[in-house]
Amino acid sequence: MSEELEIASQTQIKPYTMNFGPQHPAAHGVLRLVLEMEGEIVERSDPHIGLLHRGTEKLIEYKTYTQAVPYFDRLDYVAPMNQEHAFALAVEKLLGITAPKRAQYIRVLYCELGRVLSHMLNITTFALDVGAITPALWGFEEREKGMEFYDRVCGARLHANYFRPGGVAFDLPPGLCEDMADWINGSLPKAIGDLEGLLSNNRIFKQRTVDIGVATKEEALDWGFTGPMIRGSGVAWDLRKAQPYEVYEELDFDIPVGKTGDCYARYLVRVAEMYESIKIMKQCLKNMPEGPVKSDDYKISPPPRAEMKDSMEALIHHFKLFTEGYHVPAGETYTAVEAPKGEFGVYLVSDGTNKPYRCHIRAPGFAHLQALDYISKGAMLADVVANIGSMDIVFGEIDR
Amino acid sequence: MTSNEFLTDLAEHIVEEAEGALSFVIEKNEVTIIAAREHICGVLQYLRDDSECQFKILIGLCGVDYPNRKKRFEVVYNLLSISQNNRIRVKIAVAENELVPTVTKVFSTAGWFERETWDLYGIFFDGHPDLRRILTDYGFEGHPLRKDFPLTGYVELRYDEQQQRVVYEPVKLAQDFRSFDYLSPWEGMTDMQLPGDEKGTVPTRGWKPSDKTVSGKSKEKQ
Repeated sequence: MSEELEIASQTQIKPYTMNFGPQHPAAHGVLRLVLEMEGEIVERSDPHIGLLHRGTEKLIEYKTYTQAVPYFDRLDYVAPMNQEHAFALAVEKLLGITAPKRAQYIRVLYCELGRVLSHMLNITTFALDVGAITPALWGFEEREKGMEFYDRVCGARLHANYFRPGGVAFDLPPGLCEDMADWINGSLPKAIGDLEGLLSNNRIFKQRTVDIGVATKEEALDWGFTGPMIRGSGVAWDLRKAQPYEVYEELDFDIPVGKTGDCYARYLVRVAEMYESIKIMKQCLKNMPEGPVKSDDYKISPPPRAEMKDSMEALIHHFKLFTEGYHVPAGETYTAVEAPKGEFGVYLVSDGTNKPYRCHIRAPGFAHLQALDYISKGAMLADVVANIGSMDIVFGEIDR
Repeated sequence: MTSNEFLTDLAEHIVEEAEGALSFVIEKNEVTIIAAREHICGVLQYLRDDSECQFKILIGLCGVDYPNRKKRFEVVYNLLSISQNNRIRVKIAVAENELVPTVTKVFSTAGWFERETWDLYGIFFDGHPDLRRILTDYGFEGHPLRKDFPLTGYVELRYDEQQQRVVYEPVKLAQDFRSFDYLSPWEGMTDMQLPGDEKGTVPTRGWKPSDKTVSGKSKEKQ
């Protein structure tokens, strides 16, 4: 026995470089991680991103403002409408218009739906990463029901192209509000409760997440965390409360805050946020006013189809909007929304033409993934997987 | 929402106190500080630590390319203060061969944003601990977000069955790249006035008046 120990103390373990991904179930897409290991301990992790880079920012510079909207669906494809929202708000700010009240309520309703769906995907896949399969099977069934509401309002489950500068593309179809009310009062909270029941007190889940990947308040600020990441570290910061946009000011909801700043706290924040989102959705459905859903300025939003049949003016507007687009006054703005993953911002520079001069997209996941090296230093290999899972990484928005 | 007066006071305070902050612009309730390139670290540190500012989060950092300017690039820093619930933007002008001091020592999160700006614009950050490309392919050449970089790029890649590997080839387009010029001389001329325009009212949208008067010449294509 003592002989063995002597050998162990004399043996030098060389740092081992391990390649993690880009095709790995726990990499949440196409993350390539180069890990320098000292045995089982991670010394340095170097994420190689960009495998999903599509040049979105460059492409947007060559498209009109209307054509640029669908690119935002393809960023964080788990909650597409939240991304469109940031762009629509930025363009509206430069144009100096606001969407009609009903459109604002519809936007908030769908943003919160997006938040529920995004958190549900994150929690279930996070659980999958740390070894639990059942949450994914249960959660995805419920998530599919939510995707149907996306489908019904815009015709697509993922690439919605629904929020447009000046409002939303179409009004809600008849019967949707009633069905959604049934869903958020019935099976959705029950499903979230089931997920909680499976995970919150689960001994294995807690062993894998409690005290793993801790970020203190100062570290969270230094690394530019936003969203559930910073709230998990005990900072009560939410753009919906702090810098309210649309109708969030009129709605009653709370901001859940974690205490410990570890993976488990982030999980708890996300679960609590889903209940808050349901609360907001209920209020939206209750208070939804009647009225137009897009700006009545036909220089910005297209005239109704029926009007085009007998109005020359409407036809001209339609033609001009879908060929040339509208001109946005020169100026610049940074507009951000509270997306499910954190602060999603658009820095938009307009030179007064029909195409954006520059559109920088600030994705929350980009800042979060950067901190992976810092918070995983000295952790075990398996904890890196938990950290990635709790960061809610989606490569569409990181690689852009 | 923070009032405009408050923002003006804050911006004046910053320009007076911080070394290297040159001037400020307030547009649409957003403050922009124009700073000197070599003092950017000091300015950001001041904004982070001053008790009236407390911009503790660097939200993002990006480049903008203006090929017609003498100093071609602009680097834009967006900051957020949680305790003051406020945002600020800091801009510096950078010429093509100038170095920008890295701000990774002030904000750790700047690391990847600076790498991205280097990758996409070719702006070099002096003192950055790990300035590699980040978004583009391994071995990529050029800086794709510059205005003179074509949208289609220079190389395309495909899997070659014979060589059993991915090969890079110059871009071959089946159809020429088309960029339609929709700038009609009526709505598109946004930065000039035609003779006689000063007599009319200024429309709310479409063009903004300026002192440049041009006769008959349409706006230069970019």
